[in-house]
Amino acid sequence: MIDSRVVLGVERATVSTGDAAMQASWTWVNNYDIPSRLDDGQRVVQEIIHALRHQEWKQDDVFAVHLALEEAVVNAIRHGNGLDPTKRVRVETKISAQRCWIQVEDEGSGFDPQHVPDCTANENLEKPGGRGLMLMQNFMSSVEYNEAGNRVVMEKVLD
Amino acid sequence: MADPQRITCDIFDDDVAVVQFKDRKILDEGVIQDLGRELFGLVEEAKHKKILLDFTNVEFLSSAALGKLISMHKKVEQAEGKLEMCSIRPEIYDVFKITRLNEKFDIYDDRDAALGAFRA
Repeated sequence: MIDSRVVLGVERATVSTGDAAMQASWTWVNNYDIPSRLDDGQRVVQEIIHALRHQEWKQDDVFAVHLALEEAVVNAIRHGNGLDPTKRVRVETKISAQRCWIQVEDEGSGFDPQHVPDCTANENLEKPGGRGLMLMQNFMSSVEYNEAGNRVVMEKVLD
Repeated sequence: MADPQRITCDIFDDDVAVVQFKDRKILDEGVIQDLGRELFGLVEEAKHKKILLDFTNVEFLSSAALGKLISMHKKVEQAEGKLEMCSIRPEIYDVFKITRLNEKFDIYDDRDAALGAFRA
C-alpha cells in the first residue's frame, strides 16, 4: 500500500528513516498494543519517557517529547477510538542518543489535520480545546499524518 | 465546599487568594476535572475577586489542563475579578507562548511581582 502522508509544519531536520546506519543506532525499541483506556495510555507514556531519561536526554527535550506523546496518545484513545476499550491503540517507539521516533495509530475513522482550527487565532484564543496538535508540531522536529488521519508519525531530532 | 484535593489556597494582602497546585503533573483526566471544579469554586462559591495561580510545583501540564485555565480565566473575568499567574517554569512558559496564552494571561516571574501587580 502506498503511504501518502500529509506533512505538517516545517521540518526542522531532514532525516532519512531508511538509512541503515541510523537504524543500527537505535538503542531502545518498543511496541505497544493497548486497549483505549487513558490509564493504559499513561503507562505507555511513562515507560517511553523513562527510557528517554535513561538514554540521558536533557530535561527540556524529554519535556518536549513527553508533551507531544501525551497529546498523541490521548487523542488516539479519546478522539480516535472514542474511549472504546475494545478498540486498540498501537504505539511504536525507537530511541537513540539523538533521535526519538514515535508512531501512534488508532482504529478510528481519522481526521484531517489541515482542518483543525488554529487555536492561536484571535477568535479561538478563548476556546478551551484544540491545542494538542499545535503543541505536538512545535515540540517535535516533524509530525506527519497518514492520509486516513488515524496514524501519526513524529520525530524529535536533537541538534 | 469540601476540602480541596488538588490545590491549596492561602489569603495574602487581605484579599488575594494565592493558589498552589498539589500535583506536579497536571495531565490525568480525573485530576484535571477535580482541579477545574476546585478552581471554579474559588470564584463561584468563595467569591474571590483576586486570584493568583502559583505554578511553582508544576512540572508538566497537558492541553486539557490549558483548557481548564482558559475556562477559569473567563469565569474570573465574568465575575469582574482578576486572575494572575506566577512562577511558571520555562518549559511550561513555552507551552503558553506557542498557544499565545501568554498574551491572554497576566503572568509574573514570582509571587512578589504578582502580589505587587494586584496592589498597583
